[in-house]
Amino acid sequence: MNITRKGFLRITGFSLVAVTARRFLGAIGERVAPARKARRWAMVVDIGKCLQKEGCIKCIAACNKAHNIPVFQDRRREIVWIWKAQFENVLGSEGGYTPGALRGQPIPVLCNHCDDPPCTRVCPTQATWKREDGIVMMDWHRCIGCRYCIAACPYGSRSFNWSDPRPHIAELNPDFPTRTTGVVEKCNFCEERLASGRPPACVEACPEKALVFGDLNDAGSPVRELLRSRYATRRKSELGTRPSIFYIV
Amino acid sequence: MFMFEKALVGGRRYWIWILSLFAVIGLGFLFYMRQLSEGLAITGMSRDVSWGLYIAQFTFLVGVAASAVMVVLPYYLHDWKAFGKITILGEFLAVSSVVMCMLFVFVDMGQPARVLNVLLYPTPRSLMFWDMVSLGGYLLLNAVIALVTLRSERNSVAPPGWIRPVILLSIPWAISIHTVTAFLYSGLPGRSFWLTAILAPRFLASAFSAGPALLILLCMLIRRLTRFDPGREPIQKLALIVTYAMIVNVFFVLMEIFTAFYSGIPDHLRHFEYLFFGLNGRGVLVPWMWTSVLLAAASLVLLIVPRFRHDERLLASACAAVFLSLWIDKGMCLVVSGFIPSPLGAVTEYAPTLPEISITAGIWAVGILMITVFYRITLSVRESLAG
Amino acid sequence: MRDQGVIYAGLAAFLGLLTFPAWYNAAAGKTAKPPEVRLPAQEKQCVAPVDYMKTSHMALLVNWREEVVRRNVRSFTAFNGKTYNMSLTGTCLSGCHTNKADFCDRCHNYVGVKGPYCMDCHIDPKLVARSRP
Repeated sequence: MNITRKGFLRITGFSLVAVTARRFLGAIGERVAPARKARRWAMVVDIGKCLQKEGCIKCIAACNKAHNIPVFQDRRREIVWIWKAQFENVLGSEGGYTPGALRGQPIPVLCNHCDDPPCTRVCPTQATWKREDGIVMMDWHRCIGCRYCIAACPYGSRSFNWSDPRPHIAELNPDFPTRTTGVVEKCNFCEERLASGRPPACVEACPEKALVFGDLNDAGSPVRELLRSRYATRRKSELGTRPSIFYIV
Repeated sequence: MFMFEKALVGGRRYWIWILSLFAVIGLGFLFYMRQLSEGLAITGMSRDVSWGLYIAQFTFLVGVAASAVMVVLPYYLHDWKAFGKITILGEFLAVSSVVMCMLFVFVDMGQPARVLNVLLYPTPRSLMFWDMVSLGGYLLLNAVIALVTLRSERNSVAPPGWIRPVILLSIPWAISIHTVTAFLYSGLPGRSFWLTAILAPRFLASAFSAGPALLILLCMLIRRLTRFDPGREPIQKLALIVTYAMIVNVFFVLMEIFTAFYSGIPDHLRHFEYLFFGLNGRGVLVPWMWTSVLLAAASLVLLIVPRFRHDERLLASACAAVFLSLWIDKGMCLVVSGFIPSPLGAVTEYAPTLPEISITAGIWAVGILMITVFYRITLSVRESLAG
Repeated sequence: MRDQGVIYAGLAAFLGLLTFPAWYNAAAGKTAKPPEVRLPAQEKQCVAPVDYMKTSHMALLVNWREEVVRRNVRSFTAFNGKTYNMSLTGTCLSGCHTNKADFCDRCHNYVGVKGPYCMDCHIDPKLVARSRP
């Protein structure tokens, strides 16, 4: 075949454009595809029940065990999926008029698995994405550790592995992998337990049944029942992220 | 083809300079090896302040890279003949800056071996994807432009016709790289310090002050060290650009300060309080911020008053003050204080560690080495042409 | 040409040095003997045909990874109709290849496979069993 160098370069160039255009369209296409009416996992945190047991951290312990979460003494390096923060920092302060029972009290916080998550919006490799069932998922094989999702999260729910986590794990649980240096991690709503029909570890471990888990799209689910009767609030709802973690007082 | 051999000829001073740069690069490289094996725990970053010196340097240097447009636009679009001899210096500065930017992003990554995932799984809704695309494209553009125009100059011919649309493309592209970088920050709903429409204009204004200021200093240095004299006119015209850009930049900052303090909204205010006065008893950045303010004020005085601006020694001080002030502001304060206070109200301070500083110095040395080599080649070509 | 002797001698020495690994192993009888791997005692059939596994077990694992992590599909129907849970630790290393050192590592070490880095995160059940009292 008699082809000039110019002709060859032209064909190669067009082919490259065609291939990348297809991938490009595929990437955009995923975002604008309409969502089916699927499950929407959510959780209601009953603060009143949680505060009944002072100093209880059973949810945190269960999560740590279920997911091989390392424990660091240095707060700057800590990795937390569910932890406790002061009421005023979580849901806002009413000055000196926050009720005494709530003032300064620690309440559980975790990834909100938002309906419109800023973190998945910014991930350059789709290492984090929102599943059809509402869970904001992490792929630790793809994460490049750029920490853009940490910057984007308005709630501080994500942690980064600044070093090898294994030395800091007390007891290895073989049912779940550990993570490695250089990737971001966060609560995954126990998606591996949900896959076999079990509730999240924190929900199961809570002695006061303060964490209620269920499907928001199912009108008869425990979360919907609670939300029908009690006033619930979500963190920083003015930001439009539409969190899936509701707090009732 | 790259006329690299011209950079291999030099006196004792030249080689001592090159070797010193290599020493700094080598030390940075060794610390980076340590960072690869131990993880980013050797830096000062934390769960709350998850971006630090590396990303701050990246942010600042994208601005310097974009500033090449400030010499290219007047010369190619408006025939400002005065810039004829220095557009290539601007373009080489852009190439070196972009390479530094890419290196800073690379060393900041937790899993750098996976960096190509950004291209393997393109994500158009992520600004970081566009940042990689725009920086890569800008690097390619400027490298081609600089090489082609330099080769034409060496051969004493006019550059080929096709380079002109490429050069014109680099003008909006330069604006876009820094706008995209600003969008990285200004689209995040949870970071109220960055969530402002004026962030991109601020970035551009500070870029067009710091970049040309550096270019002026480099021209003065070249004049001192070689036989090439860019001339008084280009430097004075550049100085005008720095002046107006700095005025606009300071104005934008004052706008931000007004909105934060007058509205009194705690979410917006606290970051400024941390920077200028400290928060919760913590304020390691306060002296840095005020130094930046003082340098900016001093530079404005030296730049606005024509008598001072025309005095090249004072102009040099002004340019150094501009560069340093904006490096502190953009290369440190802006990124770090976006994370303070944290989303849950904690004030976790950040200070870079020795390994972090060493890696940073190593990358700066790479950029400075590139500029040295590029300018060496350029000036050597010009000297041999001059006969 | 001049110095023919020296040149030819040098060439011969160089070629000898270059091909050293080949003729030395052949002479010492240590050629191409693949390592002995200990097959699992209970299970006789793998999740895929042996030939396929020999050439492409990594492709299968990557496929499993994509299915579980990115598509939330955990059930794998093998070529012979049996279903398995797609899990390196849970199925491969717990059900059959319980001794990773005697199976996986033997070939990996022989060939010099250091990455992929699966075991950086995925747990070898033997490690946990050993550490438990």
